[in-house]
Amino acid sequence: MKQTLISLLVASALCSASGVALSQQKPAAVAAGAAKISDGVVKIGILTDLSGLYSDLSGAGSVTAARMAIEDFQAREKPAFKIELVSADHQNKGDVASNKAREWFERDSVDMIGDLVTTSTALAVMPIAKEKNRITIVSGAASTLVTGKNCTDTNVHYVYDTYALANGTGKAVVKQGGDTWFFLTADYAFGHSLEKDTSEVVIANGGKVLGSVRHPFPGTDFSSFLLKAQSSGAKVIGLANAGTDTTNSIKQAAEFGIMPKQSLAGLLMFLTDIHSLGLKTAQNMYLTEGFYWDLNAETRAWSKRFFDKQKRMPTMVQAGVYSSTMHYLNAIKAVGTDEAKAVMAKMKETPVNDFFAKNARIREDGRLVHDFYLLQVKKPEESKYPWDYYHVRQVIPANDAVAPLAKSECPLVKK
Amino acid sequence: MFEFLGITPQALYSQLLVGLINGSFYALMSLGLAVIFGMLNIINFTHGAQYMLGAFLAWIGLTQLGAWLGSPEFVMNYWVALIVVPMIVGMLGIVIERTMLRHLYKLDHLYGLLLTFGIALIIEGVFRYWYGVSGQQYEIPDELRGAINLGFMYLPKYRAWVIVISLIVCFGTWFVIERTKLGAYLRAGTENPRLVQAFGVNVPLMITLTYGFGVALAGFAGVLAAPIFTVSPTMGANLIIVVFAVVVIGGMGSILGSIVTGLALGLIEGLTKVFYPEASAVVVFVIMSIVLLVRPAGLFGREH
Repeated sequence: MKQTLISLLVASALCSASGVALSQQKPAAVAAGAAKISDGVVKIGILTDLSGLYSDLSGAGSVTAARMAIEDFQAREKPAFKIELVSADHQNKGDVASNKAREWFERDSVDMIGDLVTTSTALAVMPIAKEKNRITIVSGAASTLVTGKNCTDTNVHYVYDTYALANGTGKAVVKQGGDTWFFLTADYAFGHSLEKDTSEVVIANGGKVLGSVRHPFPGTDFSSFLLKAQSSGAKVIGLANAGTDTTNSIKQAAEFGIMPKQSLAGLLMFLTDIHSLGLKTAQNMYLTEGFYWDLNAETRAWSKRFFDKQKRMPTMVQAGVYSSTMHYLNAIKAVGTDEAKAVMAKMKETPVNDFFAKNARIREDGRLVHDFYLLQVKKPEESKYPWDYYHVRQVIPANDAVAPLAKSECPLVKK
Repeated sequence: MFEFLGITPQALYSQLLVGLINGSFYALMSLGLAVIFGMLNIINFTHGAQYMLGAFLAWIGLTQLGAWLGSPEFVMNYWVALIVVPMIVGMLGIVIERTMLRHLYKLDHLYGLLLTFGIALIIEGVFRYWYGVSGQQYEIPDELRGAINLGFMYLPKYRAWVIVISLIVCFGTWFVIERTKLGAYLRAGTENPRLVQAFGVNVPLMITLTYGFGVALAGFAGVLAAPIFTVSPTMGANLIIVVFAVVVIGGMGSILGSIVTGLALGLIEGLTKVFYPEASAVVVFVIMSIVLLVRPAGLFGREH
């Protein structure tokens, strides 16, 4: 019996340590040349979820996107410095992420860490980067804390945040008559942040919040929570969660007959979630994204290249990783060094103009201010070709989409 | 009578019923583990992956198999899957037992555990590589669509079916092992394999089949789960830890213990979700700690 127990303990320890991180070792020899580039190499680390809940929306796709950016940059600019790419799995854990980041900065001389899906990992890595004077570009994480209270001067929050999502979807749904809300919230920083931001938008637009329930993350069975939401009588059930938590909630809501009496609002949904749910289950839902592959000829052209490599259309996070990596490399070329402060100043000074964003600028708090899109999921019969999932209902102009600087809690913002 | 806590009786009943549904899954999963541990002394960490395999094979049968076989109209429907898939998963289990596990019986539990844990990681990794983690959707079969109005809640017919069928399977298994001659051979085979072999019973074959059966139970639970949970490579990993806690609370290897504890913990978890949802993920482990302090062999286990 005792042995069995010990075995079980060992097993649970193994469980928490599973998911083997991979990283390439950098050769010890330092290349000469490119005087102001530290050790002659620009080294980019993609720290992401390679095995868990978010590995489809970021994960290997983000690594592919970063590699594409590096290859395109090298082909176009023929830079004198070398560019290397490393990647590792942070397992959505803050402590794993911060250990890896330290190792990368101290031992492997990584210059920039990108992706950083899951708020807890982004918040863990950002202060380390600041301490070591390196750059972080957050594409995956959602919380407004990244450019709020926890902002750093070496960080960019590139793709989206809970404010933009809440603002887009919340406003649209209240305007359609969904004025009473109940929240199903993932019980961690991101879920709380999303619930708070959406509640504010709902109330500001004349709606009412009847209550909320917080579920453990990650969960599998949401029926208890859905029953609570059902008995609240709210017209709209706001899903302040992500990934399989969201898809399971939607699937089980259908099972318990919640629709059409009440409707669901997915507050953070990605293309991959819609792909997984299928249009039959997801049809008519509203959602907000910072990028959609099928917006125009330029987005389609890049996305098809991505599709050829990854066999999936890109999410906004993956597109953001490409765009931000390119913006970073361009800045290095322009200033001729990879020193974080100089590169960051250049990145903030230069507008982003590519398939991902038009005339977008990085604000002093690190937020990239770009347009968002209010989308509605198509009915199955409206979808004409693979991955044709959304109607673009509204382009949310950049300045409406992001939180105003006047309300910012970021210490870098001068008021 | 619960109004003073801000809970209506309707809400309470419906949460208890939902708890019972989850409890049925716990019972079915922990039963398989208990059978395998009780008979083979192997802590089967592959159980979660085998559950996931059951769900995935059902999904493949419904949506992919036709195309693979070159005749798109060919579909393995839910009812066929419910019988065929556990058999396939059980057969795969038997291959694992025959080729790998059997070399470890004489060693410490830890070796079997490490092996099965490794196999689980491999299976999950392969499915993650093929299908990603976002998951696939399995439609509820037409016969079980819709819901029954119980007055205090809408009970989806499919969930009612889950409770009924898993109770039948659980108590059927208990009956076979504890009350029939075949079960008596099995139990004797674990106590003293040599003696039983001397009576002309093929003990190694019996052990192999027992492992196959335990694994098939996991596959069966997987097929049952496919229509209500998103079918994804991580679905087993999310469940397995709770199920292990159930087995520890019930007493390692105790058949009845695992069934009763599975159902009871489902109910307790349901109650926690009513009163303090944030704690619903830890309540099982709190109970496990208390049980281990008071009765280290588990509620239904025997001290060796």
